[in-house]
Amino acid sequence: MNWILLFEQFLNGFQLGILLFLLAAGLTLVFGIMDLINLAHGSLYMMGAYFMATFVGWTDSFMLAALLTLPACLLLGVVVEVVTLRRLYDRDHLDQVLATFGLILFFDEFVRLIWGPAGLDVPLPDFLETSFEILPGVPYPTYRLAIILTGLLIALFLYILVTKTRIGMRIRAGASNREMIGALGINIQMLFTLVFGLGAVLAGFAGLMAAPIFTVEIGMGANILILAFVVIVIGGIGSIRGAFIASLVVGIIDTIGRSFLPDLLDLFLDEVAASTAAPAISSMMTYILMAVILTFRPQGLFPPRGA
Amino acid sequence: MTLSLRTIVPAAVLVLLGLVPVIAGAIDEPFYIDLFSRMLILAIGASSLNLLLGYGGMVSFGHAVYLGIGAYVVGIFSFHSVEDGIEWMASGYVQIPAALIASAVFGLIIGAISLRTRGVYFIMITLAFAQMVYFLGVGIEYYGADDGLTLYGRSEFGDWLDLNESSTLYYVCFVALLLTLFVSYKLINSRFGIAIRSIKSNERRTRAIGIPSYRYRLTCFVIAATICGFAGALLANRTDFVSPDMMHWTRSGDLIIMVVLGGMGTLFGPLLGTVGFLLVEEILSSYTEYWQLFFGPLLILIVIFGKGGIDGLIQALANLVERKPKAAAQSRDGA
Repeated sequence: MNWILLFEQFLNGFQLGILLFLLAAGLTLVFGIMDLINLAHGSLYMMGAYFMATFVGWTDSFMLAALLTLPACLLLGVVVEVVTLRRLYDRDHLDQVLATFGLILFFDEFVRLIWGPAGLDVPLPDFLETSFEILPGVPYPTYRLAIILTGLLIALFLYILVTKTRIGMRIRAGASNREMIGALGINIQMLFTLVFGLGAVLAGFAGLMAAPIFTVEIGMGANILILAFVVIVIGGIGSIRGAFIASLVVGIIDTIGRSFLPDLLDLFLDEVAASTAAPAISSMMTYILMAVILTFRPQGLFPPRGA
Repeated sequence: MTLSLRTIVPAAVLVLLGLVPVIAGAIDEPFYIDLFSRMLILAIGASSLNLLLGYGGMVSFGHAVYLGIGAYVVGIFSFHSVEDGIEWMASGYVQIPAALIASAVFGLIIGAISLRTRGVYFIMITLAFAQMVYFLGVGIEYYGADDGLTLYGRSEFGDWLDLNESSTLYYVCFVALLLTLFVSYKLINSRFGIAIRSIKSNERRTRAIGIPSYRYRLTCFVIAATICGFAGALLANRTDFVSPDMMHWTRSGDLIIMVVLGGMGTLFGPLLGTVGFLLVEEILSSYTEYWQLFFGPLLILIVIFGKGGIDGLIQALANLVERKPKAAAQSRDGA
């Protein structure tokens, strides 16, 4: 086995895990606090990527476009929350699934109308399109490294925000007892909008960082959203720590599985069978992992307290 | 019991559906047979999902998987019957039972794991399993992967039943739908059905009176999967084609929409919902290519304002009709 390749794939998996974490953190916060399943979270990710593509076209600057994309995502998130989701907090999960499914249909079609059915590419600026020698003789793309570092910083920021600040205290209080903090005179509606906006910014951020690596296309949100669901189910719904760990595990297993499973299967099966089975099995691996974990821990690895 | 509007409307819809081939023949628009046979098949799928959603309180977000499995069994059997010359595999008498068994087995495995979880976990895990089977379909090059598999021929039932005749296929679907409705009716009013409904309204109490809820729910899950697999086998015959797209997660979403749109937990709700959904799709998409731009918000409005779906609407109408004479009488008395 090629150790350098393994290490590179490990980093790639780590980087996918970081993107997943940005999505999963928003999902799990929104679920933990508002008790809302938001299928349209993937649409916010997609919109982040499309905003990014547009702003890069306008400003011709990657950083400036990124700075424009984040407030745009915040605004979009707040609008979505105020217009539709606010009405769904006290509904059952089925209603929430349906309504946010409606949002997905809307956003997908909206994107098709505005940007057209073809995918877009976001070019990287020169200073990020280099590679960095992480180990002697092992270059790794700077941009991917930047994603990993930014993601880790955001995770740290979230950790401090949730555990050390007043807002974070309210968020945690909201997660454990909504009525109570309302009774204590906290404006819950404001808090909910804020949390949703935060989730939208995180999703948009994941989208804008993913834009140069993946093609910006319709439906890009749905695929990663389902992976993010797997992540929060494995991690325990409502737990940011669980989301962080599960994101990295899923990202790494998925990436390494895809690149090494064919070789691994070659050891046991003949070449034809291995090359047929490998793509099918590797795309199923994360789901198998989830099934195994849920069989032993139906509440995920870090079940929320009080649940 | 007098005939209520809630019985008359579905009965009328069924009669109209039964007449579709005749009408389509009369106005020389065979296209309609195709459109409506899809409606019948999806109504079977939606009815099976209703057993879970409406009666069992199990929000499965991966029900389209069984459509895909049923369809793939037919597709794969047809493939081998020609490619490997195994004649018996072309027979519908083999294909249909195989499709039922395959979807029951998948239902058993997926259900056994998923039903250990509750609430949102259940929604997401059924979704994830569906996605897993979807990727399995996408991954298997041998059976066409992404591009799917074109059927070499429809299921063969001998000379008396030729599915290549589009109106014959249509009536097969129609009878299958009637059968599904009948089985659902029998099921939900049986002891088993009462137990399932009781688990939905209060699982702890149901367990306390000695009903093993897990086993009951799992049985219900497998039954629903099997019926949906049957619909899938019909769907493969109707489209002459199977592809992973049939079990894409948005298809599962569509099935949920049909059930909720028609009225969850009512016998005819899924049928009405399917008819409504496909008609709205057909009408909106004839006006604009971007029909989902309108359908999405419409769905949100239905969720927020429309409780009880079409069935609830009919009920409200019926109440209005019944109350009117009374109201009139009252106002006369008052005057």
